[in-house]
Amino acid sequence: MNGIDYLVYTFLGISVTFNMLGSIALHRFPDVYTRLHGATKSTTFGTIFAVFAVMAHAFYRLHVTGDPKYLQMSLHSLVALVALLLTNPTGAHAIAKAAYLTGYKPKKAVVDSYESRIAGHVKAEPEEGEVKP
Amino acid sequence: MPFMVAFIWAYILWLVLTAGTKGLGWNVQELVAGLIFAIIVGYATRDVVGERANRYLNPLKWLEFIPYAFVVFWGMIKANLDVAYRVITGRIRPGIVRVPVDLENDAQYTILSNSITLTPGTLTIDACPDEKALYVHWINIPKGQEEPKNSKPVSGPFEDWARRLGK
Amino acid sequence: MMSDPFFYAALLTAIAGLITMLRMLIGPTVPDRVVGLDTLNTIVVALMILLGAAYDRTIYIDIAIVYAILSYIGTLIIAKYLQGGLS
Repeated sequence: MNGIDYLVYTFLGISVTFNMLGSIALHRFPDVYTRLHGATKSTTFGTIFAVFAVMAHAFYRLHVTGDPKYLQMSLHSLVALVALLLTNPTGAHAIAKAAYLTGYKPKKAVVDSYESRIAGHVKAEPEEGEVKP
Repeated sequence: MPFMVAFIWAYILWLVLTAGTKGLGWNVQELVAGLIFAIIVGYATRDVVGERANRYLNPLKWLEFIPYAFVVFWGMIKANLDVAYRVITGRIRPGIVRVPVDLENDAQYTILSNSITLTPGTLTIDACPDEKALYVHWINIPKGQEEPKNSKPVSGPFEDWARRLGK
Repeated sequence: MMSDPFFYAALLTAIAGLITMLRMLIGPTVPDRVVGLDTLNTIVVALMILLGAAYDRTIYIDIAIVYAILSYIGTLIIAKYLQGGLS
């Protein structure tokens, strides 16, 4: 056991915690949009830390053994992370817009400005005096 | 020229994916094969990439993304603690708000939308460049913020970042 | 041995994937199931990366890259189909 082991354990613990939290958030929240919040953010964050753990492990093994296999492992997991970070929020937008256009309104919503845009009233100017500081 | 942008980025991706084939570097076969495939990719996508992509050839542009990455990472840490709090307590006040923004091109809208999705409590549903507004699902609207005047309460500093990075 | 903690992390991540699959099975509406699918894709990418480190096989991580990109295209096509056709 040395310092790098504790670093890897910490990263793995954060990763597992947030992936688990993302899957529990799917059952805790009432409708599609709030579920998307929990799922997208938590699982993206958990995967970032899984990649960090693998990179720390691989660089340590590279330092010890000098095997280029571990350099490939860390660089390839970094490329996977970049692909995931670019695609995940865009997929969330696509699902949210599709859910709204299919007709599922947000439950328990206090304000829904998007409804007037869909109905054709493009001008949804905020009224003066409505907003209290 | 769009050919060079696609060519350079395809070749850099090839170099990253094939590092470590000879010692810790590259052997000659991989370099030559990567050159051939990068030329094919650059030629095939020359009509798709577009003339405006030239600005991503400037290395100074990419240095600006490094502090942005740290800002986004700090925002993601806050976002996940926020989501954890809401999962445990179940205390939400959701709604869809219209956020007026002042941006010019598609790259700026993409950067701002993705930043908003990854930072606390907000999720972009639609971007409307024709009326210069974003529609954002907000999981916990503070009292009196149902129709925000600018993007400050929703996204914090990210509108300035998006304007600078996508220029 | 250093690769043991990666197995435990992969096991717990797989349990998270099973909980997500439960939402895909019981989800009352179609967008709920698509949200479950999207979450499951991300968890599977994390699982592939962890197993690649656990078994010392870089090829698993290569598959994770391809899976991340292709699953995104699948999600986009389902979303586009839901909002009114593929045309």
